[in-house]
Amino acid sequence: MKTFLRPSVLLLLAAAALLGGCTNMNLVRVQPWQRAALADYTMDPGRDPLATAGAEHIYFSRESATGGRGVGGSGCGCN
Amino acid sequence: MSPRTKACLAAVLALALAAFARAEVKSGDAFPSLAAAGLRGSVPDTAGKIVLVDFWASWCSPCKASFPAYAKLHADYAARGLVIVAVSSDESVPDYERFVRKLAPPFATVLDQGHKLVQQVRIPTTPTSYLVGRDGRVRFVHPGYHDDTDRELRKEIDSLLAEKN
Repeated sequence: MKTFLRPSVLLLLAAAALLGGCTNMNLVRVQPWQRAALADYTMDPGRDPLATAGAEHIYFSRESATGGRGVGGSGCGCN
Repeated sequence: MSPRTKACLAAVLALALAAFARAEVKSGDAFPSLAAAGLRGSVPDTAGKIVLVDFWASWCSPCKASFPAYAKLHADYAARGLVIVAVSSDESVPDYERFVRKLAPPFATVLDQGHKLVQQVRIPTTPTSYLVGRDGRVRFVHPGYHDDTDRELRKEIDSLLAEKN
């Protein structure tokens, strides 16, 4: 029992416990075939051109910068 | 490092690798049976044929672009032994039926409503197409549908057709 309490073994066990949270098994992933809701029109933040233009104007006025605001389309992640 | 520490390290590495590994169907693997997947719709006879299995969905824009190109592939190669099976992963039957009615593909379309087949294959993206050889093994995988996909598919189908039975 004393052997198992050595620092190197403890370090390995701690690393395994911590890194276990980063594995595929523990993450909830939306699979490519489950993205119907994400691909919906209502999930597209740019679906209203007027609202988008207003938001862009506020952003430009506040930050003195424009553009570079994400990608087009919704979230199906196709292709 | 003691043997016990080495064993612990090996166990941790093996666990980490197992966790990151994905059981994705890839080139060289046997493609799962379409007939046994409980698909809605008529699965054509694929025995001894070159099969293009395309996974699509009605909500996927590139899939809409791919169907007319697959219709041309069907027209050019069906008589020479190519079978195209388009497997939808739609959860909504009306959406699936509307898409098929609108595009009216000349090749087989089936619905994997329970996601049994798509979970077996573990497609990397929607759409993904698998070109399966006469022996039932996957020969080429095309994640997504891009400008050059049709050209690549034609080249690969020609190479498979040129192989001896």
